[in-house]
Amino acid sequence: ISQGEGGFEINLDHRKLKTPQAKLFAVPSEALAIAVATEWDSQKDTIKFYTMHLTTLCNTALDNPTQRSKGQLIRAAVKFLETDTVCYRVEEPAALAELQKNEWDPIVAWAEKRYNVAIGSSTSIMGPNIPASTRDTFISHLASYNMWALQGIEYVITQLKSLILSMGLIDRHITVEKAVLLSRLEEEYQIQRWGKVEWAHDYDLCELRARAAAGTLFVHLCSESSTVKHKLLQD
Amino acid sequence: MAALGSPLRALRGLLRELRLASGPPGRPYRDTAAYRHLLAAFRAHRVTSEKLCRAQQELHFQAATYLCLLRSVRHLAALHHEYHGRGERSPEEVAGLVGFRLPQQPGGKG
Repeated sequence: ISQGEGGFEINLDHRKLKTPQAKLFAVPSEALAIAVATEWDSQKDTIKFYTMHLTTLCNTALDNPTQRSKGQLIRAAVKFLETDTVCYRVEEPAALAELQKNEWDPIVAWAEKRYNVAIGSSTSIMGPNIPASTRDTFISHLASYNMWALQGIEYVITQLKSLILSMGLIDRHITVEKAVLLSRLEEEYQIQRWGKVEWAHDYDLCELRARAAAGTLFVHLCSESSTVKHKLLQD
Repeated sequence: MAALGSPLRALRGLLRELRLASGPPGRPYRDTAAYRHLLAAFRAHRVTSEKLCRAQQELHFQAATYLCLLRSVRHLAALHHEYHGRGERSPEEVAGLVGFRLPQQPGGKG
């Protein structure tokens, strides 16, 4: 790890790390750089890119392969609210509907209270009707994050299929494990009923956890304030 | 957030994950930047006595998140290795399957 002009860079065996588009790899946060370096360190004989989620996220932020602007990212994220997992309810089987009510209602209520919006849930195919004011609130809230953090946020939303769960993670209201559980609620219900297939279910679970954790960490590391606490320590 | 468990558990979990993840070079995992950074961060925040220190909570959450990441990546790699194809067998193994042995070449293969 070395500190360069644009941020913290990573050195691999005396060469500087580059992104897929051959740009210099530089990140704004030292902790993030260390975490990426650790990902590279833990590769043994072969480089397994599917385990290097933080590196992938950084590369995406640096290269922006889909060339999207901040506004487009925000709009894409908020659009997900219309198909948010925790708002989509089933009517039967009753046990699953009950489970959804018990597990998802609290998080929707939290989101509504935290952001002072109305969301609601729906059992129809069309999904809940999200009022424009709710949309605007989220748009302006997301606008307060920088471009890097937004890439991370959008990534987490796409993985968890839920804007509400992602905001819960960003605001540190729920843990990654819980968010993944809520996102996979129906799958977990079916697993309990029908049994688990280790090579598929566990794999999906670990994959989702890894990606959600990476995304969340990425967002936090890209938006944290510097160490203000040091001043207090010297008193 | 009681669901996080104590910060100490998170730190211990993280150090263990780092130990498991450190590569073959055999450099002791204590030498890595991640290890030092984690310890420094946790030490710095231990000094404040405020129970509701926000930075402390942030660090705790980040630590738990990172721990989840490292753990699930490790499980994923293990699952992948076990279930998702070890690749093709080498010629030696294939020959062994049918009871042959490959001819030994003293100078090694050309």
